[in-house]
Amino acid sequence: MRLIFEKSQPGRRGGELPRPDVPPAEVPADLRRSRPPRLPELAEPEILRHFTELSTRNFGIDTGFYPLGSCTMKYNPRVNERLVMLPGFRDLHPYQDEDGSQGALELMWRLQEALIEISGLHACSLQPAAGSQGELTGLMLMRAYFADRGEADQRDTIVTADTAHGTNPASVTMAGYKLAKVETDARGNVDVAHLREMVNERTAGLMLTNPSTLGLFDEHIEEIATIFHEVGALLYYDGANLNAVCGISRPGDMGFDIVHINLHKTFSQPHGGGGPGGGPIVVRETLEPYLPGPAVTKVGDAYRLDHDRPKSIGKVRGYTGPFGVFVRSYAYIRSYGPGLREMSETAVLNANYLLARLKDAYDLPFDRLCMHEFVLSARSLKREHGISALDVAKRLMDYGFHPPTIYFPLVVPEALMIEPTETEAKETLDAFVDAMIAIAREAEDDPEVIKGAPHGRPVRRLDEVKAAKRAVVKYGFEDHVGLAGDPAEPRQLEAQKGA
Amino acid sequence: MSYLSLTERDREEMLAAVGVASVDELFRDIPASVRFGRELDLPPALGEQELTRHLEELAARNVDTAQELSFLGAGIYDHYVPAIVDAVLQRGELLTAYTPYQPEMSQGVLQAIFEYQTAVCELTGMDVSNASGYDGTTVAADACFVAKHATGRAKVVVTEATNPQVRQVVKTYAPGFGLEIVEVPHRGGVTNPADVRRAAADAACVIFQQPNFFGCLEPAPDLAAAANAGGAIAVAHVDLVSLGVLEAPGAYGCGMAIGEGQSAGNYQSFAGPHYGFLAARDEFIRRMPGRIVGETIDTAGERGYVLTLQTREQHIRREKATSNITTNQTLLALAGLVYLSWLGPQGIRELGETCMALGEYAKERLSDAGLELVFPERTTFKEFAVRVGRNAQEAVRSARARGVHPGYALGRDYEGLDDALLIAVTERRSPEDVDRLVDALAAP
Repeated sequence: MRLIFEKSQPGRRGGELPRPDVPPAEVPADLRRSRPPRLPELAEPEILRHFTELSTRNFGIDTGFYPLGSCTMKYNPRVNERLVMLPGFRDLHPYQDEDGSQGALELMWRLQEALIEISGLHACSLQPAAGSQGELTGLMLMRAYFADRGEADQRDTIVTADTAHGTNPASVTMAGYKLAKVETDARGNVDVAHLREMVNERTAGLMLTNPSTLGLFDEHIEEIATIFHEVGALLYYDGANLNAVCGISRPGDMGFDIVHINLHKTFSQPHGGGGPGGGPIVVRETLEPYLPGPAVTKVGDAYRLDHDRPKSIGKVRGYTGPFGVFVRSYAYIRSYGPGLREMSETAVLNANYLLARLKDAYDLPFDRLCMHEFVLSARSLKREHGISALDVAKRLMDYGFHPPTIYFPLVVPEALMIEPTETEAKETLDAFVDAMIAIAREAEDDPEVIKGAPHGRPVRRLDEVKAAKRAVVKYGFEDHVGLAGDPAEPRQLEAQKGA
Repeated sequence: MSYLSLTERDREEMLAAVGVASVDELFRDIPASVRFGRELDLPPALGEQELTRHLEELAARNVDTAQELSFLGAGIYDHYVPAIVDAVLQRGELLTAYTPYQPEMSQGVLQAIFEYQTAVCELTGMDVSNASGYDGTTVAADACFVAKHATGRAKVVVTEATNPQVRQVVKTYAPGFGLEIVEVPHRGGVTNPADVRRAAADAACVIFQQPNFFGCLEPAPDLAAAANAGGAIAVAHVDLVSLGVLEAPGAYGCGMAIGEGQSAGNYQSFAGPHYGFLAARDEFIRRMPGRIVGETIDTAGERGYVLTLQTREQHIRREKATSNITTNQTLLALAGLVYLSWLGPQGIRELGETCMALGEYAKERLSDAGLELVFPERTTFKEFAVRVGRNAQEAVRSARARGVHPGYALGRDYEGLDDALLIAVTERRSPEDVDRLVDALAAP
């Protein structure tokens, strides 16, 4: 398919904006644009067709089952898309006076209150723009908290699990901390003995996902919390997997001090091909003074933006935060109410059902009941038939499914990480099981059909190594040299992928 | 209302397949002591119709820019968003997909990001753009991280005439990065290159905004040259819709161009979600944060697109990654691409000309009415500062009583400007709207 730039014709144009009858103004010659930008020149009908064609080459939840582990790809209610476009939300400027934005501030305040209740903690900041920014913000809070106690220099290490999302160690580095990695034990829990060896008065805190990226609830979570609290360290909850436990177990009750919540996962923000997201953080009372501002407070019947926080770490994002994300997630929470528990129960039932039906066809590294997701391994398929997790993923496309997350978590070789979410019908789950079992059979009978997959997508298997070798990251117009002419590279295994 | 599909019968069959008697038993690994013993204290569930009414009531308590004639800007602008943007963003295949880890399922999003990267590079004069950052503030922090590692220096210079929101976020990130932040003051609304030159001597980068927070055009080529002379990377924080008339940062020596994309294709939406853009020269490509899409071929030799240079990223490199970003703002960046395609080269030039001309008209009319421009000798783009002869917040209140929001009170961020308003005039305002503004501000 041609790029929009390749469809451009000089002199053609899409929209036109008003040109009021006022005298022109001059840009000084040394600041004036010297060469017009080569933006596409198309009429509006052709622009719409271009993007419509692009959409037909893409797969979303609206298209079909999308069990991408750790990403919580649940249905995105259409009513939320309508609500976010209400002019009172859509056309509201962030510097509108407080008396002109009471509805928006009330919505944010109500969302803060709901997240506080769901997480079992005390105070909330909606500021962080995504989960990984929530993580970084949480670590900044730890730094501010310890600085206030005169322990900033002493506490220089954060512990993460070897099953952690890559964002956890990356956030640790960005926050200026050292990293210590705790191993996973034979049941898939944090190895408590190993943990005891590494936690001491130099430890600032723990970052943990619970349930873990293996989809397992850590059975020793209270003991873990005690280990950290006994040395004066803090516990950070990576809320990526909160969809498993809403109304069932709260991070605050588990002993966590700081939580981020992925609004785009648990509370159904459309993922938009990569974003936007929302990563509010909720904290214990002792950490509230350090939260990024502004927070929404309620004074009598009025809602205000509180900027007066002398101990705040500062702003982590511009203005009042990703408000449209708040609208959608608030609407989602209001449509369930206390029934959020049923949401999580159903997510966990769906996952266990898939697990029960698939565990004979694939390797299961930890044979326990799972929470909202689980991890299988294609290790035997690889050893016996040369079929890797990547091959299984590509073949699933031919059966009409988006593949699960593969090669993550890192502790499981040939990992297939499957998260169905609560919004799928049993027939969909059954069809996915049938496809996975059929692929396992094909591995024995006809492995070549799997290795050649996908067969029914707009493109065949794509060469990621070639793309990285000579990075062509924009269209070069008349000088464009694509990769089609380059000599073939020997095929290499694709890098690990996680959500 | 819920979005669940399982029937009672489904549940029973599924529990039987799992081999448990009840849903409760599925949670047996959770210690009893951390089980939540009551119902969540949340308001009762609402059906779609009641939910709609509830949110309509909340929305009605906001005063949006359709109800009140608004001249607010200060980083978030009321530009027209064409209907085609909404139409494309509501395509479910694009709206409800996630990060294109599996390229064969995601050619639509991948090609769109590749086109977005091309458009951003074309406007900014850079070689590489990422697929988006969170907003115009966090991309500035990202640029500092890139510059620190590229130069080995631990100081960052930011001009005081850069959006205060950007400066605040950079300061929040700095301790973790091990960076010291130094601000260079403005002199009469713009930055003096000699000041930048002195500060840049041991700096990783110099961040300046063009047009700056006051709407004034900086001597940008001179600022970039001053940064480069000190061995610092020049980083221009720019407004995409200005780049039809203003020079591309790549053409005057900048190493990176960053900014808030909202003005190009996103609604104001009480500050988000929007997209930040970050583009750079080739030499920084392996230090860039975030997703980047590259061209490749499939096994049949056909062109296709993939996420590339992923060894920079957290899911591969973990603690050695160039950033922790994963979820970004792709959907909003897509809106930007659709918008820029709709404008085309002629449209974006005309838009810039219109904003400037309306701004000049507004300045002239306000001056005629006896108000004093804060920086009368400067050329401005779509936004300018004016003294209103009294406390600016009071002026806002009295103008709002006449149905006009006259702008942003600069005293919030700058000393000595308690009587100054920052006024933004986009193509959505007509000369008659400007006349109403003048009347509202000139009134006692």
